[in-house]
Amino acid sequence: MSDTNGSYYVPHGSGWPIIGSIGLFTMMQGFANFLNGSGIGSTVMLVGFAILLFMVFGWFRTVINESETGTYNRQVDKSFRWGMGWFIFSEVMFFAAFFGALWYTRVLVMPWLGGGDPGTHELLYPNWEASWPTNGPGDVGGAFTLLDPWKIPALNTLLLLSSGVTITFAHWALKKGNRGSLIMWMIATVVLGATFLGFQAYEYGQAYSEHHNLTLGSGIYGSTFFMLTGFHGLHVTLGTIMLIVITLRCAKGHFTADRHFGFEAVAWYWHFVDVVWLGLFIFVYLL
Amino acid sequence: MSTAATHDAHHEEHAKGLLRWVFTTNHKDIGTLYLVFALTMFFVGGAMAMVIRAELFQPGLQFVDPQFFNSMTTMHALIMVFGAVMPAFVGLANWLIPMMIGAPDMALPRMNNWSFWILPFAALMLVGTLFMDGGAPAGGWTMYPPLVLQTGDAFPFLIFSVHLLGISSIMGAINIIVTIMNMRAPGMTMMKMPLFVWTWLITAYLLIAVMPVFAGAVTMLLTDRFFDTSFFNAAGGGDPVMFQHIFWFFGHPEVYIMILPAFGVISAIIPTFARKRLFGYSSMVYATASIAFLSFIVWAHHMFTVGLPLTGELFFMYATMLIAVPTGVKVFNWVSTMWKGSMTFETPMLFAIGFVMLFTIGGFSGLMMSITPIDFQYHDTYFIVAHFHYVLVSGSVFSIFAAVYYWLPKWTGNMYDEKLGKLHFWLSAIFVNVLFFPQHFLGLAGMPRRIPDYSTQFAGFNEISSLGGFAFGLTQLLFVYIVIKTVRGGSKATDQVWEGADGLEWTLPSPPPYHSFTTAPEVK
Repeated sequence: MSDTNGSYYVPHGSGWPIIGSIGLFTMMQGFANFLNGSGIGSTVMLVGFAILLFMVFGWFRTVINESETGTYNRQVDKSFRWGMGWFIFSEVMFFAAFFGALWYTRVLVMPWLGGGDPGTHELLYPNWEASWPTNGPGDVGGAFTLLDPWKIPALNTLLLLSSGVTITFAHWALKKGNRGSLIMWMIATVVLGATFLGFQAYEYGQAYSEHHNLTLGSGIYGSTFFMLTGFHGLHVTLGTIMLIVITLRCAKGHFTADRHFGFEAVAWYWHFVDVVWLGLFIFVYLL
Repeated sequence: MSTAATHDAHHEEHAKGLLRWVFTTNHKDIGTLYLVFALTMFFVGGAMAMVIRAELFQPGLQFVDPQFFNSMTTMHALIMVFGAVMPAFVGLANWLIPMMIGAPDMALPRMNNWSFWILPFAALMLVGTLFMDGGAPAGGWTMYPPLVLQTGDAFPFLIFSVHLLGISSIMGAINIIVTIMNMRAPGMTMMKMPLFVWTWLITAYLLIAVMPVFAGAVTMLLTDRFFDTSFFNAAGGGDPVMFQHIFWFFGHPEVYIMILPAFGVISAIIPTFARKRLFGYSSMVYATASIAFLSFIVWAHHMFTVGLPLTGELFFMYATMLIAVPTGVKVFNWVSTMWKGSMTFETPMLFAIGFVMLFTIGGFSGLMMSITPIDFQYHDTYFIVAHFHYVLVSGSVFSIFAAVYYWLPKWTGNMYDEKLGKLHFWLSAIFVNVLFFPQHFLGLAGMPRRIPDYSTQFAGFNEISSLGGFAFGLTQLLFVYIVIKTVRGGSKATDQVWEGADGLEWTLPSPPPYHSFTTAPEVK
């Protein structure tokens, strides 16, 4: 049911949004109940997540079908571009909150807690000397040791940066109409992303081991370390799934040399997680 | 979804009955949904305000226990901000922006539906906390830790409802930006756009920039409570004050999110009834952009008493004072538009003039509080409460009333009852002052906010304020009556509706067709 007014495509009625709302609501209700210690919470959460997945599949299937049947004109394509661009900007601002927390604690809280100008430490923690990394004057979570940034994190930086290159090669191949090379470079990108995730999981395992004892509960260092890398990891996971979907679509013959917004949107997203990682590598691991 | 033929099947095909509203992708349907939702939440939040004013009618504890009183102030604020004022403006944006720029609909219609349909679920989750163990959130809408971490079972529901509201706002904002950037009719250049479109464009950028930060802040609260993180715990090297910084980095742009679209509404109404072009159009655009920019660098003026470094106090004081400049430009331009105009005073104009005068009072009390040493006296007193209710109730809410009276004849094709409209204005304008003006005196005399009891010296002004509050609340029932009456019938409105009205929306029939502009109009 559609109606092309003038030439702009205006879809008529859609059930996917309300299914998405029900899914989100169920999932969050379940999660909140789980956090409050209710036994049924996790089940409800999984049901909500399943509904949400169903919505994502269905909604994207509708849009991909519409796209492949030529429903969208240039102007609709442009709407999608603007939409994706500003969505990524909102994601940047989400990470900004956590980077802000990291910088605020390092630049302001550390000197204050450690005996700086306001002098509150005199009353609370008179003998504590601030240094980074720290789990605070209360030694929250117990002593921990750091991970070597020049081992796995440096390797991961190399992997993600390379994946930025391979997806660009894939884009060039798509523009030249070279399908075989496109799919090969896409597979390379997916493999690089998945390898990154594997290493990241391995590194988390190391951090939680008795040797390092670095956990989410390790004071402010553990909090900022795991929340930043964790949310980044979630985004890489999502990005990798998106890359897989796009690779499959390429294999099915979707996209043309001059019309391939879906591909570009995923490429933008991938570059975004790449850039966030660079920020993480510098501010979380190195400095 | 039925395809039943109507007299104009091509343009009117949609599901029948309730499902029409669930599945709709039409900007007018979704605009109506937003407005009805906002009005409903306005009364839910208003009922809570009545509880607050009833308790404060006399000193001592009368009706509710202090915990519940604190829940009322917290929930009243959250519901009015996220449930009433913001959705009302998004509703206006949905109805008006496509008509004003000559577009068939919003750019991303399905996402538009989702932006709305997340809201009722978020509201359900938030209001549901009233019935939970430990009661509804009672730590204030600002959710400062460590206090908010003591919330009972309601805590995760509070956090997740904020997440849902944020998702809804971000999608709504993206849609508005994309519509304005990509759907304008040929010849509708940026500097020809009506100011309501401009102010919403800038508001949408504010939303996209700060809602995710808010989501991040409440996520840190959640992990501090349930996953052992130490963001706001000094023992772990964190800092509770850091929450206030992150919150107000969101919170200050947020208050402009609730007022910039109001500026757009007023800039549409005053020229119509003064029968003159808006004075200083381009300066209005630049002033709006300046206010938006400044909103990002003034947040700590909400935290002057928290123990900031002296340089911080000074920077945020001067930056805050700067906002008076572009805001002054706006008030000057509105007044200059009226200067030597041939004015008439229909209800929208009355509300618009009421807005200019009363919002300016709120602006001036804001200027008083921007002075750091003086804010030390006012902080967390009823002076603050008076200030932000002047800008939000006699500011934002008045502008929403003005907008509804102004565009309702266009939306429904029927004129509202002018006599009742004027009555609604005069009762609202009088009682809003009876309600909030005495609160200035209470605050200056030292009465703290968010406390259910007070010293007997504050009794007189509180009594007046409460009486004003009850009367203001009752008056709003009149508004509902007027709107329903207009929707159901009334004398027919012309396409132009108002003699002095100018803009693309007035070139459409009243009521406008289901898809606003099926062929884009040419703008010269």
